[in-house]
Amino acid sequence: MKPLAARVVIAGLLAGLAVGPASAQEKQITLPPDHDYARLLAGPGREVTQTQCQFCHSTDYIVMQPAGDAKQWEAVVTKMIKVFGAPLGEADAKTIADYLARTYGRPR
Amino acid sequence: MSGLTRRGFLAAAGRVGALVLAGSGARPRLAAAADDPVLAGRPLVRYPEKTDLILLTSRPPQLETPMRYFDRAITPNDAFFVRYHVFPVPTRVDLASWRLKVHGRVDRPLELSMDDLRTKFPAVRVVAVNQCSGNSRGRFAPRVLGGQWGDGAMGNAEWVGARMRDVLAMAGVRQGAVQVTFDGLDKPAFPTVPDFVKSLDVARIVEDPDVIVAYQMNGQPLPMLNGFPARLIVPGWYATYWVKNLSEIEVLDSVFEKFWMKPGYRIPDTPCGCVEPGTAPVRTVPINRMTVRSFIATPEPDAQVGAGRPVTVKGIAFDGGSGIAEVQLSSDGGSTWRRVPLGTDLGRYSFREWSATWTPPGPGRHRLMVRAFNAIGESQGAQPLWNPPGYLRNVVEHIDVQAS
Repeated sequence: MKPLAARVVIAGLLAGLAVGPASAQEKQITLPPDHDYARLLAGPGREVTQTQCQFCHSTDYIVMQPAGDAKQWEAVVTKMIKVFGAPLGEADAKTIADYLARTYGRPR
Repeated sequence: MSGLTRRGFLAAAGRVGALVLAGSGARPRLAAAADDPVLAGRPLVRYPEKTDLILLTSRPPQLETPMRYFDRAITPNDAFFVRYHVFPVPTRVDLASWRLKVHGRVDRPLELSMDDLRTKFPAVRVVAVNQCSGNSRGRFAPRVLGGQWGDGAMGNAEWVGARMRDVLAMAGVRQGAVQVTFDGLDKPAFPTVPDFVKSLDVARIVEDPDVIVAYQMNGQPLPMLNGFPARLIVPGWYATYWVKNLSEIEVLDSVFEKFWMKPGYRIPDTPCGCVEPGTAPVRTVPINRMTVRSFIATPEPDAQVGAGRPVTVKGIAFDGGSGIAEVQLSSDGGSTWRRVPLGTDLGRYSFREWSATWTPPGPGRHRLMVRAFNAIGESQGAQPLWNPPGYLRNVVEHIDVQAS
């Protein structure tokens, strides 16, 4: 039973299907890449912010947030480091917080 | 036309066209509600086993259901919203190797296969609303950080599965057990990121026969992104407890207070779960029962309607498990309300369909408002409640339509 199900999954993948067979035995999906809507706006610090943040999550997490002041974005970066263990050095953390406050700190 | 109808052909042609456009980097399709301040600019996307949904985030995936699906009590599986907390999320599950592990303060640790779940416990059916704690967070004022959901982080389905208390009974919960934790196959890539684990009191499970481990959703296996092969169903409570892709259950002799229970997913310890806008609560408790809500799914906001011509107004109402007793509609800004007919009662945890006929008295802009009352007299506020994490929203909803 299992080898057959596995073959069906492989055939489905070859045919470009995103979903495995509806067989109750096995299910497999392929997720799309990050959507372009997550792309961060231009500005000093954009590259390091895009690279470091998307290491763990798509940056639509940033794009969707309400505009906030420098204090808000500093707190977000601190939370990523302290709570989620983002391996950010002090310099990068400051660059990112500054970029976010400058770029996503006003009504847009 | 026989065989391939014109309409079917156009639909098929459109689908091919869309694929080609997607491949050529064309402008993304946007969620329809251009005037909606929360949904404006958010793309419509199609994920595996899903129809077009509104993208919140790609990684981990978070997808929102368009409002038009809430004109009926049961939300289709392919339109059901998606919310994950950590990445990677499971993309492949083989039931030959999948096991639901039950361990901790129990006499007999278990490793249940899907066959075990289906055959060793009575199959229980419950129709229940699954709503994200932060549904409608994007509408908070003052705004709050977090997933900026519109109103589509909710859905209602018929779930079938094994009673959680039967599973615990098989394992034999030991004296002194306090809480049970639930963990799924979604595991953070980095050990520093807190794994998504939730807990419930043993009493919450033992006293409620409707808390189940569901392996069926609207008559089908669960979509992967809604928790295949099994998820916890906690009727009446927010979706944060409905752990997806369930793999591990542990019985503890203490209260579990890791990140997603504390400080995550907590509400002010006040009767309304709210505080003065912009202030911080003194004490918090884990979020729990859902507030009363109701929505107008059709007509859509800013719809053009004919003055003097009847319009069908439809939507759903739900609460935290007392059951919807009454739904009211106002077309005069909330001065007067009239009771509207309810659809079939699918149980106290379910969406309750409602529908009414309304005739715009004349040309111009008209506001339709809806509010619901549950069986214990709870309702919705004319003013929104507020708390820092953006939970529990249940203000009276409205839409504006244009009559001519």
